[in-house]
Amino acid sequence: MRRVGIASSGLAEFSKTDSTLESLMLSSVKPLFDSTKNLSQEDIDVVLTSTNSDSKYLSNVVSELSGISPKVSHSVESLCNSGTNGIVSAYSYIASGLADVALVIGAEKSDSPGLVLEWDVSRGQYKHPIYWASMFASAHMRKFGTTMEDIAYVSAQNHNNATDNPFAYFKKTFSLDEIMQSKNLTDNLRLLDCSMPCDGAASILLASEDVIKKFTDKPVWISGIGQKSLSAGFTKNDDLACMKSNVQSSHRAYDMAKRTPDDIDVAELHDAFGICEIIELEDLGFTKPGLGSSYVSNLYETSDKKINPRGGLIGCGHPLGATGIAQTIEIFQQLQGTTKKRQVDGAKTGLVHNMSAAATSSTVLILES
Amino acid sequence: MTRFEQELKNNVFVSSFCTRCDKHVWPPSDMCNSCFGNVIWRPVTRTAKLIEFSSKGDEVFGIVEFEGSIRVMGRIMTASALQIGQMLNLTECNFDGKAKFVLAPIV
Repeated sequence: MRRVGIASSGLAEFSKTDSTLESLMLSSVKPLFDSTKNLSQEDIDVVLTSTNSDSKYLSNVVSELSGISPKVSHSVESLCNSGTNGIVSAYSYIASGLADVALVIGAEKSDSPGLVLEWDVSRGQYKHPIYWASMFASAHMRKFGTTMEDIAYVSAQNHNNATDNPFAYFKKTFSLDEIMQSKNLTDNLRLLDCSMPCDGAASILLASEDVIKKFTDKPVWISGIGQKSLSAGFTKNDDLACMKSNVQSSHRAYDMAKRTPDDIDVAELHDAFGICEIIELEDLGFTKPGLGSSYVSNLYETSDKKINPRGGLIGCGHPLGATGIAQTIEIFQQLQGTTKKRQVDGAKTGLVHNMSAAATSSTVLILES
Repeated sequence: MTRFEQELKNNVFVSSFCTRCDKHVWPPSDMCNSCFGNVIWRPVTRTAKLIEFSSKGDEVFGIVEFEGSIRVMGRIMTASALQIGQMLNLTECNFDGKAKFVLAPIV
């Protein structure tokens, strides 16, 4: 297989807008073209759009609006990890030799139909994501003694990080006390523990090792990919203090990249809810089971930006189809050393974790400069 | 409306069952997820084990497990403290756009 790298990216600010999905997508494609040397529409072999919207033939529509006539063009939908699924599909086209250059565009509107998985009857009347998050929180608290204060550190830290991100939905910090006092949605989940649906778009350009130097002097390579779909229904994850698909997908990614968690300098984790980040730190091997809580409090106390320097989903907002691409862009830019106040010094190896529907499926990417 | 939804609306909880593989197929489906054979619809025993729970205001909800394999989220009506692993009765099920399961501790 050929090596595949990331050449460039484009982001639109995460916000609430009147823009159409197509316009949102274009608003991230434009800065990508503006910032990529030697790139013309004719260079692009593949256009993939990742979204949960009901738009039809969207990749062709956006290709036409962008003046691109690609060889391959289609949408990728996988709820909240649609973005990284799009990137993995683009990687596969390039690695296999079917294409040299692929543009992946993710976008979502805040009222996306992807916010709730109606199919899953096992969730009964508790279809909203706060209910599965509350189950994971209960289980982690029961098994490891995790507290509501522990969970609040995730939100405090990620909102702090987001203030250095001009594309983030939230522009303000929240104290631990403000988070603790925010509205209770369940007995172990508060409003400020949650990521917020919003509008947003993100685009990323992947290219083969044969052509990537045409577009950038500092490519970032995708060295590891791991994906696991456990199920679609929520109730198949036996141990609710752990997210099984995270463990399996990260092992595959580490194996492919020949890396371990100790090699990761910076990571974007899918903090749909504060408890998720605590569990993911354990599942992905950044710390041992039961120690995720002390890990996040330490990040906060030391202002360590190793995890979610972008601000995570909690700080940035969560436009589903754009999220995984925006996470990947953050690690791409971190490894290029261009993230200014958010920069993790000397970052050379990074990880992206993006998951869907109560961690019934997960994607892990490992990137290297 | 599916057979599962129709039965639920009549306060009957059925699951798809594969007689060839001798197992429940859950979530409900018209085909077995092992052999792809046709399923029958079989009533589920109305006692369940409590797997996990939380609450929203006065409303307690949780994951329960029927017959050692069928897990659903339902509302739990209780005035006393719950224990993981305790047995509950399915007191009501319904379908009104969403499946609804209501359980209470066995006393």
